[in-house]
Amino acid sequence: MRALCWEGVDALAVRQVPDPELRNAHDMIVRVRRSATCGADLPLLGGRIPFLAAGDVLGHEFLGEVVEVGPEVRRHRVDDRVVVCAAVACGACWFCRQGLFACCDNGSSTGAAATESAWGQPTGGCYGRPAPLGGFAGSHAEYVRVPYADVGAFTVPDPVSDDRAVFASDAAPTGWMGAELGEVGPGDVVAVWGAGAVGQLTARSAVLRGAARVIVIDRYDDRLRMVDRHVGAEPLNYRYVDVPAELRERSGGRGPDVCVEAVGMESEPPGLLGGRLGGGADRPLALREAVHACRKGGTVVVLGTWTGFVDAFPLGAVMNKGLTVRSARQHGQRWIPMLLDRMARDELRTEHLATHRLPLERGADGYALFRERADGCVRAVFSP
Amino acid sequence: MGRLARGTIALAVAGAGATAVRALVVPRHRSWPRVTGADPRPARWQVVTLTGPPEAVLPGGRWPEPLRRLDGAVEVHTRPAPGGRGTELAARPLGGSPRLPGLAAHLVGDDPGLLIRQALREAKQLAETGEVLRADRSRLDRPGAAG
Repeated sequence: MRALCWEGVDALAVRQVPDPELRNAHDMIVRVRRSATCGADLPLLGGRIPFLAAGDVLGHEFLGEVVEVGPEVRRHRVDDRVVVCAAVACGACWFCRQGLFACCDNGSSTGAAATESAWGQPTGGCYGRPAPLGGFAGSHAEYVRVPYADVGAFTVPDPVSDDRAVFASDAAPTGWMGAELGEVGPGDVVAVWGAGAVGQLTARSAVLRGAARVIVIDRYDDRLRMVDRHVGAEPLNYRYVDVPAELRERSGGRGPDVCVEAVGMESEPPGLLGGRLGGGADRPLALREAVHACRKGGTVVVLGTWTGFVDAFPLGAVMNKGLTVRSARQHGQRWIPMLLDRMARDELRTEHLATHRLPLERGADGYALFRERADGCVRAVFSP
Repeated sequence: MGRLARGTIALAVAGAGATAVRALVVPRHRSWPRVTGADPRPARWQVVTLTGPPEAVLPGGRWPEPLRRLDGAVEVHTRPAPGGRGTELAARPLGGSPRLPGLAAHLVGDDPGLLIRQALREAKQLAETGEVLRADRSRLDRPGAAG
């Protein structure tokens, strides 16, 4: 089959690779119809994450149709149209039973010890990660293997288009989780840093949960216009205003009740050769501002992708203002059915996020657009 | 080694695995473990927590299949996990601590700790999901496959 492969730092190419195969009884094989770029891919693409090897297939946010099922798959059959949660989880361990699917003890192959080494415990798996980080090929391909298919794949209701439902794989549950971790409710003032897909869907989730004001901060006017037109939130361009002062004023001098960072690590950190030589910790600029702006006793939610260390985290402000800081990779299995229902009812519209719909052969172009935010790109979505 | 320098080194290799991290950040004043002769100290237990009661984890006292491969080389214990979290399954090598320190043992392929950890994780997956999750095979692992 054809797949978009990592060839080296910032180098991608479509290659012929072996078709995926059923490796476990709970697996199924999905023919990919849509597969979206994601900011979490950029550190991989830029060589910031160890272990990726030439030929590895990227991509984790996808939708497709079932073409083969393992003998223990009960909820799906061939030809089902399914969206697959980017997080791989067993559904049976203690963490999954608490709804913490991204923390699944069994979501990676047992040889994938790198997350345990780096972070203290093994975390759940994800598509498009090399073997030491999980061992599951990515979705920028004609076909992909889906482990624990009954847990991670969800049938898409007929009225929901592919271009809408593909975001139920990752961006929409991540955004919903941002609002849920902040316990956003009626009357809250919510500020979201980052007007990418996750930031917009966090803001939309806050609106749906009854927040009184939702403000989204970014520097790209095209993205901020989307916030105004599609999300129902207030845009704020940090190139033109003093963000903390503006947020203080818009929240009656209190500061936002919930501040969500949806920016993540830089694709190129400080240091030479894109941070690979003499590189230091990442600079959490938006996170610092979120902590500074948040009202006393409020909640700061970290949604952006972070893998290592950050520099100059304002712990003093966290402590002295009594803030709660929460974070997670998305536990999508908890929310995808609800999000698909909201998509079917038009409460959650995501098509506008797919600014560039491209064939897989143009995958490298799609990532270049996405990385540079060129041509108004929010997400490039591939159709293999 | 100063705290700052230690942190920098840890950062540089964090993604490469804690084994390397541990080796690099060992304070200078601490002596390395002896590399010859048997260490009389018992080896450290490695533990995983599984859902289910102890009798389901070791039915009839029979070890889970992944640990059976280490029969004669390890000892195994179970006990109920607190808070209704299931069963703690523990294993450690017989015969005391490994003769080589972690990184050296890892490099020469003689670290029973890695084998035990892998076996415990497999036993846990088998008990909780009914199977041991396998990684996708790469092109190099499938020489006969197209592409």
